[in-house]
Amino acid sequence: MKTTLPARIKSVAVAIAAVGLLAGCATSGNPKDPIEGFNRAMFAFNEGLDAAIVKPVAKGYEAVLPSPIRTGVTNFFANIEDLFVGVNNLLQGKVPEAFSDLGRVVINSTVGLLGLIDFASDAGLEKHDEDFGQTFGRWGVGNGAYVVIPVFGPRTARDTVGLVLDIAADPVANHNPERTRDLALALRFVNDRANLLPADKVIEEAALDKYSYMRDAYLQRRRNLIHDGNPPREIEADAGSTDHPLTAEAEVIEPRAALVPAAPAMLVARTQPPEAK
Amino acid sequence: MKSLFALIGGLLVAATAMAQDVGPDVLVKTVTNEVLDIVRKDKDIQSGNTKKAIDLVEIKVLPHFNFTRMTQLAMARDWRIASAAQQKVLTDEFHVLLVRTYAKALTEYKNQTVHFKPFVLKAGETDVRVRTEIKQAGAGKNVELDYWLEKSGAAWKVYDIEVGGISLITNYRESFASEVRNNGIEGLIKSLQAKNKSGEATSVKK
Repeated sequence: MKTTLPARIKSVAVAIAAVGLLAGCATSGNPKDPIEGFNRAMFAFNEGLDAAIVKPVAKGYEAVLPSPIRTGVTNFFANIEDLFVGVNNLLQGKVPEAFSDLGRVVINSTVGLLGLIDFASDAGLEKHDEDFGQTFGRWGVGNGAYVVIPVFGPRTARDTVGLVLDIAADPVANHNPERTRDLALALRFVNDRANLLPADKVIEEAALDKYSYMRDAYLQRRRNLIHDGNPPREIEADAGSTDHPLTAEAEVIEPRAALVPAAPAMLVARTQPPEAK
Repeated sequence: MKSLFALIGGLLVAATAMAQDVGPDVLVKTVTNEVLDIVRKDKDIQSGNTKKAIDLVEIKVLPHFNFTRMTQLAMARDWRIASAAQQKVLTDEFHVLLVRTYAKALTEYKNQTVHFKPFVLKAGETDVRVRTEIKQAGAGKNVELDYWLEKSGAAWKVYDIEVGGISLITNYRESFASEVRNNGIEGLIKSLQAKNKSGEATSVKK
């Protein structure tokens, strides 16, 4: 029975609706982050939740389980995810990548002992990172407002819709019976958090304002992922160059071939050729 | 004046035992390997001795960084409204912050290996990206770590670092801009100084 899954989607939908309501009252100077007031409150809530529960659990998990077992857990869920990644690659028209993802699932599910070992990467089939938010981005859907969602963390309006579909299509979240499903979801959540532990201290060290540091990192990361690691370099707004708003960055993906002749020389110089495989 | 800078630049390159006309990819590779060799042998750094990691970064890595350019990139349009003296202070403070961050990342090092992606320098290029990938020994995904370098004189200098597509320099743009909008250039200087002071406290504690 999947009684709680729709409920889960519903709770995300409620969060989005709440964001919509609040969008009217809370404003800030940043056009990418029009509901900054709400977002900061949610960010503080998530940070509190992390500090009180998630992080301690992840630390305990890391301390108790030896590294090879944690790698197995990571690989196991990554293998399940690869099928979903393949579907998204297909939706984005990246057929070779989609086949490579399928190949990964076949290899890792068999030779890799139900996904515990990632043989496919050693065999040269690279792991991809795709989701519905990226697929929409690829299709030309812009970011929309930045939103911090309870528990899930940073998203954009587009990625929030993507998240709802990600959950609906997630094999783990759709697993029966419920008991194993909930255990698996919890394990994946804790394992993912544990993998991020080393980044914590570096972020604390780097950020002047953790909220905006995380926000801008998220936005840069998503932009990079949508372009599969080759985003057009942002036009520099440094001293001496002509004024332009920092937010005037084109979020719509143009075909790279079309972009190059139209772009100013500086941008062309910075657009990297696709990496040789 | 310009030739004087070129001379100083040349001396710095010589001082760090890098031959002239070293390609940007070779530079990144040499420095990365050199630093990681030290970290692998140094138990203090591995156990979180930030002070020691900072010294390592200062000696081995910094001569190849262009901090003025980095600060300029992070400040964007606000760079121009800062006076020369303010620019100097901002560069120095940003320098400290970046070094701390870099050093902190080194103390988190655990047996990862660095894979250097193929790189071809086209004739006449003076602004390039050198791509590397950090392979995690245990759990966790691989992380792309890219360096943007610019040629100044005979030497290549790093002016931006991207981790998984996140530029560690431009990531400061919005927070710097909003600080300047609210409290002016002096406000930004103050908040950088306060941040660096609090960092000192934590690194001493370690």
